[in-house]
Amino acid sequence: METLFACCIGFLTACGVFLMLRGRTFPVVLGLTMLSYAVNLFLFSSGRLTLRGAAVLGTSEQYADPLPQALVLTAIVIGFAMTAFLVILAIRARADLGNDHVDGKLPESELSKKESR
Amino acid sequence: MTLMWILLLPLLGTLVPLLAAKWNRSACALATALPPAIALMLVLLHTEQVLSGNTVRFFLSWIPLLGLDISIRLDGLAYLFSLLILGIGLLIILYARYYLSERDSMPRFYAYLMLFMTAMLGIVLSGNLLQMWMFWELTSISSFLLISFWWHKAEARRGARMALTVTGAGGLALLAAFLLIGQVVGSYDLDVVLASTDVIQQHSWYPILLVLFLLGCFTKSAQFPFHFWLPNAMAAPTPVSAYLHSATMVKAGIFLLARFYPALSGTELWFILVSLTGLATLLIGAYLALFKHDLKGLLAYSTISHLGLITLLFGMGTDLAAVAGVFHIINHATFKASLFMAAGIIDHESGSRDMRKLNGLWQFMPITATLAMVAAAAMAGVPLLNGFLSKEMFFAETLHQHLLGSLSWVIPVLATVAAIFSVAYSMRFIHDVFFNGQPKGLTKTPHEPPRYMRVPVEVLVALCILVGIFPAYLIGDLLHAASASVLGGAVPEYSLAIWHGFNLPLMMSILALAGGTLIYVNRKHLFDFQNTLPDMDTLNSFERSVKSLIARCDQFYQWLDNGSLQRYMVLVLLAFIVLAGMPLLELDTLWGGRDELPIDAVNATGAAMLLIAAFATVVWHRKRVVALLMISVVGLMVSIAFTRFSAPDLALTQLSVEVVTVILLMLALFFLPHKTPKQSEAPRVVRDISIASMVGVLVGSLSYALMTRPLSSISEFFLANAKTGGGGTNVVNVILVDFRGFDTMGEIAVLGIASLGIFKLLTRIPVFKPSSDGEGRPWATERHSLLLSTVSQSLLPLAIMVSVYIFFRGHNLPGGGFIAGLITAVAIILQYIAQGVDWVKERMNVEYQRVVAIGLLIALFTGVASWAFGKPFLTSWFDYFDIPLLGEIELASAIAFDLGVYITVVGSTLLILASLGKMTTSHRPVHKDTI
Repeated sequence: METLFACCIGFLTACGVFLMLRGRTFPVVLGLTMLSYAVNLFLFSSGRLTLRGAAVLGTSEQYADPLPQALVLTAIVIGFAMTAFLVILAIRARADLGNDHVDGKLPESELSKKESR
Repeated sequence: MTLMWILLLPLLGTLVPLLAAKWNRSACALATALPPAIALMLVLLHTEQVLSGNTVRFFLSWIPLLGLDISIRLDGLAYLFSLLILGIGLLIILYARYYLSERDSMPRFYAYLMLFMTAMLGIVLSGNLLQMWMFWELTSISSFLLISFWWHKAEARRGARMALTVTGAGGLALLAAFLLIGQVVGSYDLDVVLASTDVIQQHSWYPILLVLFLLGCFTKSAQFPFHFWLPNAMAAPTPVSAYLHSATMVKAGIFLLARFYPALSGTELWFILVSLTGLATLLIGAYLALFKHDLKGLLAYSTISHLGLITLLFGMGTDLAAVAGVFHIINHATFKASLFMAAGIIDHESGSRDMRKLNGLWQFMPITATLAMVAAAAMAGVPLLNGFLSKEMFFAETLHQHLLGSLSWVIPVLATVAAIFSVAYSMRFIHDVFFNGQPKGLTKTPHEPPRYMRVPVEVLVALCILVGIFPAYLIGDLLHAASASVLGGAVPEYSLAIWHGFNLPLMMSILALAGGTLIYVNRKHLFDFQNTLPDMDTLNSFERSVKSLIARCDQFYQWLDNGSLQRYMVLVLLAFIVLAGMPLLELDTLWGGRDELPIDAVNATGAAMLLIAAFATVVWHRKRVVALLMISVVGLMVSIAFTRFSAPDLALTQLSVEVVTVILLMLALFFLPHKTPKQSEAPRVVRDISIASMVGVLVGSLSYALMTRPLSSISEFFLANAKTGGGGTNVVNVILVDFRGFDTMGEIAVLGIASLGIFKLLTRIPVFKPSSDGEGRPWATERHSLLLSTVSQSLLPLAIMVSVYIFFRGHNLPGGGFIAGLITAVAIILQYIAQGVDWVKERMNVEYQRVVAIGLLIALFTGVASWAFGKPFLTSWFDYFDIPLLGEIELASAIAFDLGVYITVVGSTLLILASLGKMTTSHRPVHKDTI
């Protein structure tokens, strides 16, 4: 199971990184979201995988590590706040600058393409 | 404490001239002179103690862990320099009163001067290396301000910049040297450092730290090859040249050589570096001084030469040479300061400093001329004046050194050559200016200066003569005490008599006087030869090289920081690949010895869905709505994974956050294009895919390596104490609200700040109204669906009830403030979606910023409340109560804290979504007929 879990984390990371390297804001936001899934799973997995062992006292004999869970819980909420901030920033940038490129301006190759059209 | 006041008085004195600006000039000067005068008296109070060989100390611990202390230390050397700084400083204040014209801002000048005085006193009185360095930098800065005092002149600005660049760079080298010394010795305390000679010199860093240290000293003291800044600093008003650039600041480097003489000197490297630099500077300065037509230029090069002489003395390594060095510091300060002031008087009263124009001034200003001639004679080393004595000692020492092995005889010969030139330029100063015919082309008729402008020169010249005639009586004790602190105790036998019989040093002096006269008489040939050499314009070439350096840095910066986020990301990711990959390469095997869990069908299906959805997101990322749907599947699978692997709290949180995120991104798509144009070229895609796969492989491997290693965690503590210490059985929640409550507090603060930032970003956003989607289809104009609004209304109380339940059970079962907050927020957002902003606003008119603030304040006060019970911040308390109907209930202060979390989460989420949602409604086209 650990192998599969690690594969999932690795794949999510790769997808997230690829999307974050795109030039437009929305895919970057998606990439960031994807990357934070991967990061959260990674942090969570540092407490090792446990089946049927929720860290609620008196419910089982073997408890999962509660500390990474507590950290990931806040990480999820803060991740949401950051994603939201980023999205609004992207909207604001689009409104102020007239395009949704991450650099705030279209690269020259694209501008020349537009002109030739 | 009186020691502290020696430093504080001049510092406070920087304010005095500014406050006294309204009074007349004399009163302002007098007021300015008061604090240093008192400080001088305070120094003199310690005379007896210091001269009997004691060190007076004042210590105030500041940040002992970093070795930062306020430490003041007055020993013989510091005493000598304090006298020079304060004494000459007072004379300069008097002199500047008459030197500055009505147009110059006298308060500003005096303020800078006092700042410099403080800095200089700080260097000499510091008992802590870092503190000393701070004052060292302060002298560079105040010198910059003083050189550029006439900032309307280009040469003043450029000269000031050059001086700051050179001495500032040296200051950095010195800081590095001090840090290294601090590392080697383990303390920044001067006494400790001076007592650790062997530790420092036997350390492998000694060569590096010595070179850095000497770089600091040599740049400050204008030693070759850093001497070029000093002549250009002559653009400063003459009082500044007299004070900073001859008597005090340029001596700071020499002071440092003397100060660290016990700790750093005595090695082969020290001898070679210090003595050869000193010798080169001595010769070059003396030679070039002869050819300067500018009075101050001549004096500047002469200063360089004399500084070289002192450096050479400290480099020779004999105890007597060090004594001679200290002696020459005193003598040079007196005669050179008086010469500069005399040059200033000549400039002031005749309108020129050019020796080709200034001739025959004797007839116009006989008194000044006499004074200047005596001082110049002292500079030349004429007997019965102080310069003669230290020069004799210098000659004697050059004969006793063995620095260059069998070639050591070269040094006395070169010293005599330098002395010959020194006599020649002194003669030029005297003869060209005061005799040699009549003045040519002066703009005004020269005359004697105001009476009191001459007083400082008179005082210093009197000192030159008195010290020259009664050396032992006047400064014997002072010299002894200062030398004792330079040598770290034992002072060798020496005699300060004028007459030592006919010996070799006297012969050298006579030779210098004769040779100097000869050269001066035949100077025409030498000038002709010098004119054939190309003229070095140091100021311009320095400016050019600085400019080209800046241009090159700028180019590099433009290349590095080209404004492309994608490029930064690539660089960061490449760095990550290298940094994370290296340790993995060293790992023998990824598997850490822990048995894996078996894979069952549910897990396999979940994983497959997750992988497919993630892949689909990437493939369809240019169709944004589709990608959004796909990524929500990934999120759902992640929350299922949390459920599966015993993290119910995480699953609940992830699920509710997922809902909110998708709504948010949907709203965002209203303002953003729905499709991403195809943009990346194929090579770019290949590059990105390879980077992404490498990062993915690394993270995956890391995670596998981590998961298969045995767990040793601090969580045992939380599991054992959750019930007994925190009063709850849901350990995750207890950690959040109790054990790590302070972290949670910070996290909700981040959440609140993010939402407020969003609120601010959305106010006054330039109106951008898309009236259709990306493909030109107009937005739907239907009002809210009846079905949805009916269902959502009835859902609201249910959802609120669920969230209250989740909130209360959170301490013992999965749930808590975060999750309950998200559920409440989702329920309210559903109302927005189903009924519209206006409908909700009519019924629930709440400003969400306030909600966020209230939530944060509740959390904060819960924490603060524990102070009332004498406990540390956020200490929790709980007890059990038997309440009718509800049964036994546990009440914990952590519940109040969790309430704060709950309210903050609700407020923040709604603030974000409602602010954005409101905009979509206000911009949506309204069709009147459908209402």
